[in-house]
Amino acid sequence: MKTLRVTLLLVMTTTLFLLVGCPSTPAPTPTSPPEATATPPPPKPFRVAVVMPSAINDLAFSQSMYDALSKIKEEMGEDKFDFAYSEGMFVVDDAAAAIRDYASQGYDLVIAHGSQYGSSLVEIAPDFPNTSFAWGTTVDTFADKGINNVFAYEARSEQGGYVLGVIAASLSKSGVIGVIGPIETGDAKLYVEGFKAGVMATNPDAQVNVNWTGSFSDVALASEAAQTHINAGADALTGTAQMVVGAIGVAEEQGVLWFGTQADQSSLAPSIVVACQVYDWTVVLNEMIDLIQGGTLGGQAFAITLANKGLTIQYNPDYTVPDEVKTLADETIQGIIDGSITVEVE
Amino acid sequence: MIARLFSLNTIVGIITAGIRLATPYLYATIGETLGQRSGLVNLGVDGIMLMGAYAAFFVTFKTGSLALGLLAAIVVGGLMGLVMAFFSVTLKAEQGITGIGVYLFGLGMSNLLFQKTLGTVETVSGFPAIHIPLLSDIPVLGPIFFRHNLLVYGAFALVPISWFILNKTTLGLKIRAVGDNPEAADSLGVSVTGVRYLTETVGGMLEGIAGASLSIALLNVFQENLTNGMGFIAVALVYFGGWRAVGALAGAILFSTVNALQLWLQVIGILIPPDFAIMMPYVLTIVVLAFTAQRVRAPAALSKPFERGEG
Repeated sequence: MKTLRVTLLLVMTTTLFLLVGCPSTPAPTPTSPPEATATPPPPKPFRVAVVMPSAINDLAFSQSMYDALSKIKEEMGEDKFDFAYSEGMFVVDDAAAAIRDYASQGYDLVIAHGSQYGSSLVEIAPDFPNTSFAWGTTVDTFADKGINNVFAYEARSEQGGYVLGVIAASLSKSGVIGVIGPIETGDAKLYVEGFKAGVMATNPDAQVNVNWTGSFSDVALASEAAQTHINAGADALTGTAQMVVGAIGVAEEQGVLWFGTQADQSSLAPSIVVACQVYDWTVVLNEMIDLIQGGTLGGQAFAITLANKGLTIQYNPDYTVPDEVKTLADETIQGIIDGSITVEVE
Repeated sequence: MIARLFSLNTIVGIITAGIRLATPYLYATIGETLGQRSGLVNLGVDGIMLMGAYAAFFVTFKTGSLALGLLAAIVVGGLMGLVMAFFSVTLKAEQGITGIGVYLFGLGMSNLLFQKTLGTVETVSGFPAIHIPLLSDIPVLGPIFFRHNLLVYGAFALVPISWFILNKTTLGLKIRAVGDNPEAADSLGVSVTGVRYLTETVGGMLEGIAGASLSIALLNVFQENLTNGMGFIAVALVYFGGWRAVGALAGAILFSTVNALQLWLQVIGILIPPDFAIMMPYVLTIVVLAFTAQRVRAPAALSKPFERGEG
């Protein structure tokens, strides 16, 4: 009896958890059998599936991909483009299962939106040679492993980081600027290094303090890290990953400037967010879709940059940036695009 | 660099941050201590905290009332404690498994509700810092101890209150008796079931407040998995504190202060790798636990369901 009850409980909770774990996938219901009609069938829409580590509304990494796919769907029309997604797939095994599911359901492009999914993709991609996969953020398409149906994409986040660093150094009065990073890797690392370089290029006497929290999701620690920076004299802060909402709250409370990345965070604290580097994957996705429709399923690496407008600097309309600072930022963006400024990262 | 570490500004910053960070741990650890003293292990603390955090945030966001938000966290936390008690006391289910079930439920449900009712990260204005007159003007001690929000003061007030209840009242005696020797307590007319339902429900309420202390006092946001596993640290701190309120206080302060210290070490630029700094609070907790574990005795009937007339 006891075991039965425990089993029941487990089944109940697991069911609920599953419901929550992949709630929003508009499950591709089996289409009704084609009816014999004289009219030719409508063209099949291009179907994309994406698996991502956090929520589609994280104001950061996952949201940037969701927004891009929504935009493409709007541009191409629902009859030509459709996408499904699984969010909150922080467990790599679950993500791998989802990727395999989508591939076997015949999606045209399956996106593994997280650098942690790479090793799973190496296993899965060869089993579905007619499906195209994309993996980000990375430059590795596994071509050296003989796999030719994987695209790679990355964000050159150091470029926007550099621009934001220039703005931050121009606006900071104390000359102390705090950075809250998650784990020293991937595009977080690129962003932080770009930001530091931008600050130093503008004000060589400035001091940039960097704090890594060791987590992408520890909101409490990110908030305390922001407080620590402020106590150490910082009057401008930046940070990356979905945990930064905690830090933005502290910055607002203490009236300290905030610079965001990955998504537009102005809505969180309109009084102190100065500008954000916004990711727009549309340009990269459109290139992949064109290639896939032309018969190329992988093997190429893409990047969103300031030059291809995949990265943009968006100012908070409620915060007034002095014109001379805006001009300096515009010149910096132009410099990065035409190559007169190079952002050095390790 | 070392000199900066010992500057007054830094030291005040570290201790103040330690006190602030300790708040959610204190509520959760004391809540779990109550349950464990009566013989119930609840591994679902983190799930209850998440539901409390969500409830407090949502109600405050919709009504603008912090009091209603806090009340919502208490009610939701209490209900989840009640569910936990129903499974582990009435149905006598394996407590470890039940706790994991409660955790997964809280994690999934708070996220589902967040997605469906809020949809994106929002902010509220949470409990403001209260500067206690006169005391908050004392140099050094003022900023450290007397400029916090209401829930921080509440967490620290809870330590003597729970100590008093556990050690100086009849109810406390009953709780301890039920946790150490339920058969004897039962033969003396103490309702083992009643006491365990009570401790688990009150414990759930405190864990709900622990969540609220994050979402409407310290962080003023809600996001999926806001607690990031704090509830599991709280369970560890119960063992660390030797099932005593004062021990819980020591554990929560130590863990949080070392966490604050590692943040400062990175900001000051002391040359240790950040990964090592991040590990510090966890490593230290394990070390202290290893040295103190043998000296304290767990409640004898911990995690054992009570069967009347057996034995």
